[in-house]
Amino acid sequence: MTTTWVRHNRVRLALHELRPARSPDTRPLLLLHGLGERTPQRPPAVTDGWEGAVLGLDFVGHGRSTRPVGGGYTAEVLMADVDAALAAVGAVTILGRGLGAYVALLAAGGRPSLVRGVVLADGPGLAGGGTRPGSPYIGPAGLPAGPPSPDPAVPDPWALFELSRDVRPPDYAQEYVRQAMEWSGLTRPIVVAAVTRPEWLAAVAAEPGVVDAGVVEGLGLLATA
Amino acid sequence: MQSRLRAVLESHPRGDPAPPPITPAEGGPHIDGARRPDRSWWVDAGGLRLAVYEWGPPDAPPIVAAHGGFDFAGTFDLFAPLLVAGGYRFVAWDARGHGDSDWAVLYNWSADLRDALAVLDSVSAEPVVLLGHSKGGNLVLELADALPHRVSHLVNLDGLPSKNNWPDVSEHERTRLLHGELESWLDHRRRCADAERRPGTLDELAERRARMNPRLSMEWLRYLVTIGARRDADGWRWKIDPSLRLGGFGPWRPEWSMQRMPGLSMPVLGVLGLETEVMGWGTRPADVEPYLPPRARFEALDGVGHFVHIEQPRLVADIVLDFLGSSW
Repeated sequence: MTTTWVRHNRVRLALHELRPARSPDTRPLLLLHGLGERTPQRPPAVTDGWEGAVLGLDFVGHGRSTRPVGGGYTAEVLMADVDAALAAVGAVTILGRGLGAYVALLAAGGRPSLVRGVVLADGPGLAGGGTRPGSPYIGPAGLPAGPPSPDPAVPDPWALFELSRDVRPPDYAQEYVRQAMEWSGLTRPIVVAAVTRPEWLAAVAAEPGVVDAGVVEGLGLLATA
Repeated sequence: MQSRLRAVLESHPRGDPAPPPITPAEGGPHIDGARRPDRSWWVDAGGLRLAVYEWGPPDAPPIVAAHGGFDFAGTFDLFAPLLVAGGYRFVAWDARGHGDSDWAVLYNWSADLRDALAVLDSVSAEPVVLLGHSKGGNLVLELADALPHRVSHLVNLDGLPSKNNWPDVSEHERTRLLHGELESWLDHRRRCADAERRPGTLDELAERRARMNPRLSMEWLRYLVTIGARRDADGWRWKIDPSLRLGGFGPWRPEWSMQRMPGLSMPVLGVLGLETEVMGWGTRPADVEPYLPPRARFEALDGVGHFVHIEQPRLVADIVLDFLGSSW
């Protein structure tokens, strides 16, 4: 596994190459991990059929990427993390797990020219904080006041707290499907592979043109898209 | 508790021995009635350093105030002295990334709430009057909902969001607008690592700010430059983090904030400026009235814009003092 570094504002993001391309004609597959996870050390078995390179991005506050001081995480800023990686590597197909699936959807809508299809899979942080705010809660006492642990295996506690509570209204998620449908030029840019379907994801799956398929089958469809 | 907290903060290893600056930079105009704070201190909010300012006697009952987006505590320089004259001390802070507070790596609503609580903890453990303008009004509304035991009275100055200023367009048109907004924001994020605020003369900075504050006098805006901007070798620059941007998109809906209001148990004062302008919400009295809690007082001001406390400091201070006086 080789790692390069991508800058996004004051954050240094770790972009890993888990496996080089077998065929120069296939674009890279970018893996987006779930909440609290990091890029796996080896390419997961579901990517065995992918002929292009297999890459993975550690989100801000996760893996080997910067731990910011004082939290402030949003799914939208993670979308911009992905866009910083796209600026470095060009067009990719994305396989996202959990939180990474939600961010993959945002990236598909936000940068439709560079995201050539996404597969949304089960993983930690898939649900987020539901469809609307609950009773307000300012934050847990006792989280570290200083810089979080630099240990790559230990995510920033503020990331865990904030990105498990961000609201994900179904119509907001659907807007990103429409962005991808309208501007990517792909007829089927989004594959829903997750078994668990929180409201935002059920709404995405119900949109015209969204494919319901397993991860391997979905990647197969997008490889030739 | 207050002095102990401040002692802890002053001994913090990151602590700058000098408190946040109070004296304005030279070159600005004199504004009748405007007064800089009497003292200032730093608050450590989860590792970020926030600049806090206080006007008035340290033993007077506190009003803790949150400024709006792209503002800073010094925008209360006209309003705070009037409340001090009414028997209060007035405490305001620069939000993360604004004024003299640290630039953060990340910004979101829940971090702003935590920062507010850290400031509140540095002021008093007892219930206080919470006041906020614009985004700050929205912030104190949520603080009051989350921590009712810390809030004796809530004052909201033109910070009651509604959908009125959202474009009323077809679904297809909205998809096109969002496409442009997303692309432009992501392009901004690609560039902002090396971004700096554009330098200019004092007058140029005041003129730029006039686009956000079209109803405020140029003299006032020039005064704000001497507090909210710094003078570099190549000109003045606003201190605000260049990665911050006005507007944007996201899952948040304005109606969610107003829905917090009916359940509040402390006395609530809402003030609306009825002149619509760029930084305001365009909220009308009829949008607010159904959500007022039982002990609320509501004032809608004709001919006054979004910055009610800057356009009409005397009028708004009198409304606030009367509200606080009658509801003790």
